[in-house]
Amino acid sequence: MNQAMLDNSLWRNIYCVLAGDSAQCASRDYSAGLLPGGLEWLAFLLAAAAIIGLVINGILGGVIVLIWGERRLFGRFQSRTGPNRWGPWGTLTSVADAVKTMFKEDLVPADADRILFNLAPILIAAPALLVFSVIPFGVGTYVADLNIGLLFIMAVTSLTTLAVLTAAWSSGNRIAILSALRSVALLISYEIPMALAVVGVIMLAGSMSLGDIIAAQGVPFILVQPLGFFVFFIAAMAEMARAPFDLTEAESELAAGYLNDYASMKFGLFFLAEFMAELSTSAIVTTLFLSGWRGFDPIPSQFWFIAKLIAVLFVIIWFRMTLPRLRVDQVLKFAWKGLFELTMINIIVTAILIAIWPQPTTGQLWMMAAINWPVAIISIWGVSKLLGTPAYDKPQPTAEAPTYPVASESIPAGSVLGAEKGGD
Amino acid sequence: MAIKTQPVTVNLGPQHPSTHGVFRMRVMFDGEEIVDVEPIFGYLHRGSEKLAEERTYTQIITLTDRMDYVSSMLNNQGYILAVEKLAGIEPSPRGVWLRMIASELQRIASHLVATGFLLQDLGALGTPLIYAMRERENILDLFEMLCGARITNSYLRPGGVFMDAPDEFWPALDRGLDDIVNTIDELETYLSGNEIVFSRTKGTAVLPPELLINASITGPMLRASGVDWDLRHRAPYDYYDKISFERILHTASDNYARYWVRVQEARESVKIIKQCIEQIEPGEVRPSFDEVPRLIRPPAGDAYAAIEGSKGELGFYLVSDGSIAPYRMHVRASSLINLTLLREMLIGGQFGDLFVTFGSVDLNMGEVDR
Amino acid sequence: MIGLGLPRGFVVTLKNFIRPPVTEQYPDRHVGLLGAAKEAGMNPFQFLVKKPADSLKAIAGLATVPVAVKQSPRFRGNEFTYFEDRCTACASCAKYCPLGIIEIVSVPGKIDAQEGESYKLEVFDIDIGRCMFCGLCVEACPYDALHMGTNFERSKYVRDELVITKEELFDAPKRPSAFYRPQFEEKGFDPFKETIEDFHDAGRHEQKTYDELKKKWVDER
Repeated sequence: MNQAMLDNSLWRNIYCVLAGDSAQCASRDYSAGLLPGGLEWLAFLLAAAAIIGLVINGILGGVIVLIWGERRLFGRFQSRTGPNRWGPWGTLTSVADAVKTMFKEDLVPADADRILFNLAPILIAAPALLVFSVIPFGVGTYVADLNIGLLFIMAVTSLTTLAVLTAAWSSGNRIAILSALRSVALLISYEIPMALAVVGVIMLAGSMSLGDIIAAQGVPFILVQPLGFFVFFIAAMAEMARAPFDLTEAESELAAGYLNDYASMKFGLFFLAEFMAELSTSAIVTTLFLSGWRGFDPIPSQFWFIAKLIAVLFVIIWFRMTLPRLRVDQVLKFAWKGLFELTMINIIVTAILIAIWPQPTTGQLWMMAAINWPVAIISIWGVSKLLGTPAYDKPQPTAEAPTYPVASESIPAGSVLGAEKGGD
Repeated sequence: MAIKTQPVTVNLGPQHPSTHGVFRMRVMFDGEEIVDVEPIFGYLHRGSEKLAEERTYTQIITLTDRMDYVSSMLNNQGYILAVEKLAGIEPSPRGVWLRMIASELQRIASHLVATGFLLQDLGALGTPLIYAMRERENILDLFEMLCGARITNSYLRPGGVFMDAPDEFWPALDRGLDDIVNTIDELETYLSGNEIVFSRTKGTAVLPPELLINASITGPMLRASGVDWDLRHRAPYDYYDKISFERILHTASDNYARYWVRVQEARESVKIIKQCIEQIEPGEVRPSFDEVPRLIRPPAGDAYAAIEGSKGELGFYLVSDGSIAPYRMHVRASSLINLTLLREMLIGGQFGDLFVTFGSVDLNMGEVDR
Repeated sequence: MIGLGLPRGFVVTLKNFIRPPVTEQYPDRHVGLLGAAKEAGMNPFQFLVKKPADSLKAIAGLATVPVAVKQSPRFRGNEFTYFEDRCTACASCAKYCPLGIIEIVSVPGKIDAQEGESYKLEVFDIDIGRCMFCGLCVEACPYDALHMGTNFERSKYVRDELVITKEELFDAPKRPSAFYRPQFEEKGFDPFKETIEDFHDAGRHEQKTYDELKKKWVDER
């Protein structure tokens, strides 16, 4: 057990209760542990198992609540009530759905590549869970604080592409292949602006560790890095493949895309992974731009984290509810011609500001915010002018002569198209 | 560097979430681009025209309800006009006003549904659709007040309507019209200026007016290309010659123009209904049974009557042999004829635009297959 | 692709988010404490004290109150109302039905009955499974003996049970819809509250004169 792990309250509390009389724990006022001396290795393993169980079950529970909450919010955005029948306020609806999904018949198409077909759901669920291993949920509440935390997140989330491609290829379904091609194009394109958007954050914090990034946020980085937040948020929405970027599923075009042939709990895993991705994206946005668990003192830090997370989720759902889907070429154009330029502007401006104030204090961060906001607004406006489709100036509701000569003279008004008065 | 690609044929439908019923397309894609389209339909064929040959003229009204089931009042109106022409029935004025009000309400409902489903095809996850449907529900409530049914109305009878509107209908109609205007305003704020809607629909599936006229396309599709052709204005039926309204035209002839024309026409329909309410006068709603008996026996002959339906010219052609049932009924289904240009609209376009273009035609499979 | 149109859309959806939902819940409505107390006719504090169990249920979000679906008096519904005293077994309804789902068999009521004397209705079946509720049979009835009903909850597990027989028509609650029966509307008959037991109440429709109609219209509009 090294020192860094003992700084982590999750590890310390579980490990030291189990093996309290070890030298490291004794110095931290823990009474005698449950296990006899010499079994520190067992305590270590048990603590690891406990933490894994805690985090995974916490996330899955969160997903169940999120599915219910999202459906309720959908309902409200659409003037409906949402699910409210099963359990108090419909909270048991997603539980019932989960049970139903599990008992469904597990179908595998005859043309499918069985091994890959079964592997794909695991491939997509694992990275979505892995992201949570580096996210700090509160003061000292995290699984691991990697010094390359942000890089780890970027690396792990890009694995989704592979899973989608595997699922589509192994299904042996043309619609699924079309969806996977879209997915690859989309995810690879948006990786780049997403990675570049956090460069500003890394520069300001001087570290890739999420703990350090939170520590550096005397002012939430959403205020200091509006452009970075804007690009990151949009790119993250695209990475999640949710509306307005849900090209891979595209209910109205591809039916369900790469999910077409999946049934039962395999489909359930894809579904869970989708919502876990939503949860992890909000967690990352909260950590990078909304100062993570920081808040006022009497309220515990975990509460602040969850409150901010819910706020971000609300905005994501609001986006999803409001916007129609973009076309593939527009999505790619938007990534390469729009977001890419915006990140470049952001990096240059931030670099100049960092050169002026190398170790920004809170006051200097406010100064940076004051400079960055006009830059952000002007550049977003400029990009939208460059990329946007100009509207029709004034639709022409004129009752003037038609542009094409209609045979109006040949058909006298008052008679119906040459019909004879029937039945003389 | 050109990448060597191979076109792939994909079967879309009949069980596809956005084919507006049971329509099937065999589409050949080169990447995202559409190379070839083969439309296949007939999955909802119920033989309405043949069934009509065994029904009396009044009983056929119930068949017309089920053709275009999102605008059954308009179908009723088209059929009734043909019967009146065939049998030489002089309709009661109050009945005509009532059926004009009913069919204009139905036109609003149909255009709202078309707009909602176009946005659904654009991928808007139901929000605009439900706003449009919410308003359509109010219109259906009005229909329930009028005739006791919401969708398959069968409200019209040869010579008028079967029953006068109840007293509570008129205040409800006034309130409803205000609500409709509010909803259309809301939808326009939400969608007409929406950059995503705009970039998705502008300049896609453009059809020249010459081609539209040659293919005998009618309705909002034609008016979106700038051709001033509205049967309510060109060949007024019922009392449309006593009504003044603006014809909605757009010159772009793309998906956006079709959407825009529909929304503006719904607004105009509200104005038409208001004029109808002003001009309606008391009286009988249908001729007495001495003039128009329950079993109509029109003299041998034929008649064609057409109305401006929500999707285009909706015509009914009836041939009588002097018996109580028509010898032949033919329906000029606007949805079917508007669908004939599907290939021209789709080929060369993107997969993402396929169902948007399809939705912009505003077709109803009940009417296409009959 | 981004501009002022999108924020306007966001404002519209947010407005709808705040607005109360328009869903009509059926067959019951889930209510909170306030709704449950209102349903019981007391204020929330009284409700808490007097009915602690129900209050707990309401707080947990499990309380429901039944709702009556808003329906127009002319609603063409199930459960046809039929007055056998009025019926002459003329079979107009059967002839007028577009689908031919009404079956009527009548026999002479007594031996050696002459034309125009009393009859006996043997069979009067309506196959609701194929009925489309167009109301043409009701419109055709020359003696106002058959009326549309107001009910719509009549799902069955077996198709055969969907056929309404003569006995069922006799026994069914007489709650006719005002469809094609203007006399009900004039009398202010409310099919959702009252029932008509006697066929005299069902009345006959007398056509109004033009002057009467005009008077009504000038007064009202």
